[in-house]
Amino acid sequence: MSKILIVAEHDGRQLNTATTKCVSCASEIADATIDVLVLTTAGSEVAAQAAAISGVGRVRVIEDPANEHAVAAMQAPQVVALAGEYSHVFGPSTTFGKDLMPRVAALLDVDQISDVMTVIGSHEFERPIYAGNAIVTVTAPADQIVVATVRTASFQAAEQGNAVAPVENAEVEVEIPDHTRFVALHAEASDRPDLQTAARVVSGGRALGSAENFEIIYKLADALGAAVGASRAAVDAGYVPNELQVGQTGKIIAPALYVAVGISGAIQHLTGIKDAGTIVAINKDEEAPIFEVADIGLVADLFQAVPELEKALSSRT
Amino acid sequence: MKKILVGLKRAVDYNIRVRVNSGGTGVETDGVKMSINPFDEIALEEALRLKEAGHAGEVIVVSVGAPEAQQQLRTGLAMGADRAILVTTSDPLSPRIVAKTLLALVNRESIELVIVGKQTIDGDNNQTGQMLAALWDRPQATFASKLEIDGDSLQVTREVDAGLEVLDVDLPAVVTADLRLNEPRYVKLPDIMKAKKKPLEEIALSDLGVAAEAGVKTTKYAPPQSRSKGVMVDDVDGLVSALTDKGLL
Repeated sequence: MSKILIVAEHDGRQLNTATTKCVSCASEIADATIDVLVLTTAGSEVAAQAAAISGVGRVRVIEDPANEHAVAAMQAPQVVALAGEYSHVFGPSTTFGKDLMPRVAALLDVDQISDVMTVIGSHEFERPIYAGNAIVTVTAPADQIVVATVRTASFQAAEQGNAVAPVENAEVEVEIPDHTRFVALHAEASDRPDLQTAARVVSGGRALGSAENFEIIYKLADALGAAVGASRAAVDAGYVPNELQVGQTGKIIAPALYVAVGISGAIQHLTGIKDAGTIVAINKDEEAPIFEVADIGLVADLFQAVPELEKALSSRT
Repeated sequence: MKKILVGLKRAVDYNIRVRVNSGGTGVETDGVKMSINPFDEIALEEALRLKEAGHAGEVIVVSVGAPEAQQQLRTGLAMGADRAILVTTSDPLSPRIVAKTLLALVNRESIELVIVGKQTIDGDNNQTGQMLAALWDRPQATFASKLEIDGDSLQVTREVDAGLEVLDVDLPAVVTADLRLNEPRYVKLPDIMKAKKKPLEEIALSDLGVAAEAGVKTTKYAPPQSRSKGVMVDDVDGLVSALTDKGLL
C-alpha cells in the first residue's frame, strides 16, 4: 500500500492545475492514498481548492509567514518534516517543482525521479531523457521514499469540484533558513488563456522577425481563443518574454491544438509539444523539421497566411 | 578573494540527434561528438565574467565520471578557468552522488560560489545544483538569467513559469544557469595551447570519501513513440477545412 504526498503548487490565491495532474499520476499507483500538502500563509483558500480534487484523501496545511512566496530553501524542510509518513512525495515538473523537489530528495538522501510520464508500478516509472529522444524505465529502491516530479503534459487533470477531502493543519517543528530572500516577481499581465493549461496554443518563432511582427500571432491566438507561445529563438531575440517559451527548457505542453508559425522545429522545441492533439505548422521552408511532426502542414509565407487565417476564422464566428 | 567552482559535464553534443542502441541498454555513443553540456558552458562563462569584473580570485572547473571528461575540462581551461579537477569513477552516477562529490570539493577548496548548468541535456534531470545546495545547507538560485554580486550576497533573476523572479541570497550559494544568462565565448587557438599547461588534478571518487551507492536504477531504454504522418494542405482554405474535418473549429 502506497501513501503519497503531493506538494501543491499555487500563487497564494489559486491552486495551479499542475497539482491536479500530479493527483492523476498518483492515482495510477494501485492501492494508494493521496494527501496534498499546501504550504501557505494564514487564511489562504488554496487548501479548500485542493480538497475539491477527486482522489485526494486529505489536505494538510502548513501555515507560516515564510510561505508567502514559494522559496525552495524555506519550503524543503517543511516537506521533509512530513515526508517520513509517506512512501512517495510528488511535485509537478514545473519551475516550482523542479526547484523544490531535488532539495527535498537530497535532504532525505534519496535520488529523485524527474519528469515521470508513465506509472508502471509503485516503484517503476517511465521518463524522457535527451529531450525526449529516448524513454527510460527507472526503478526506485523499495525501501526508500520515492521522490519524483510529474511531467504534467503526460496526465489529464483530475476532476475538481465535487470532492471534499478533510483539511487538517499540520504542526511541524522546522528551522526555516533566512539566507534566501524573495525580492520580486515580474510577470506580464495577460487576459489570454494560460499557456500551460490552454486547450489551444499558437506559437511564433524566429521568422516573425520582430516584437512588432509578433502581433499577428496574438491576433491569430485571439481568433482561436488560444494561448500564445514561442520558440527559444523568438525569446532569445526578445520578441516575447521568457515565460512564453515552449520546449525542453521552457514549458512542456499538451494542448488539443498547437499552431506553430515560423518555427523550424528543433528537437528541443518538439519535445515541448509532442503530446499535443493536433499540430499545425505554417512555414515557408518545406524542409523544416516541424513538418515531420505536423498533422497539418502549410508551406507558405507566414505574413500572408497568418492574417488570412485569422480573417477566415474571425468571419466564421 | 572568492573561489568559484563550476561543474562541467561531458555530454553528447547539442546538435546530435540521439538514438537508442539496438539492445535497448543505452544510447548510441560510438563515434558521436561529445561536448561540454551547454548549460555548464554558460555557467563557466558567468564565473569567468565575475572573475574578470574583480569579484572572484579563482575559477575551478570540475567534472565527475570517465577519464575522457578531461577533454571537456581542457576546453574549460581554454575558456579561462584557472585549474581543473577530474573526479574519476566507473560507477553509474546519479545527480545526488554528483552533488555529494561537489560538496566534498566545496569543503576541500573553501568555495564560496558554485555555478552549474540548470540541467544536462542528456539526463535532463535538473537536480544537481539544488541537491548540492540542500546538502551544503546553503541558498540556491536556480534557472538564473541574470546575476549581480554585491559584497556577500547575490541578486539573481530567475526564469520561472510565471515570469522573472528575483532572489537575494547570502554567499556561499549555488546558482544554476539558464540559457539566457550569457553567451559563452569562443575559444581561441592560443588559449588552447595555454590550457595544456594549466593544472588538471585527477582524483578517484572514493578518495574524496564519496560512495557511489546505488539508488534509482535505469532498467531499459526505448525510442519515443513517433507521431503518425500528417497531411500537407495547399492554402489557408485547405487548412481551415482540415481543421474543420478534425472537429477543431
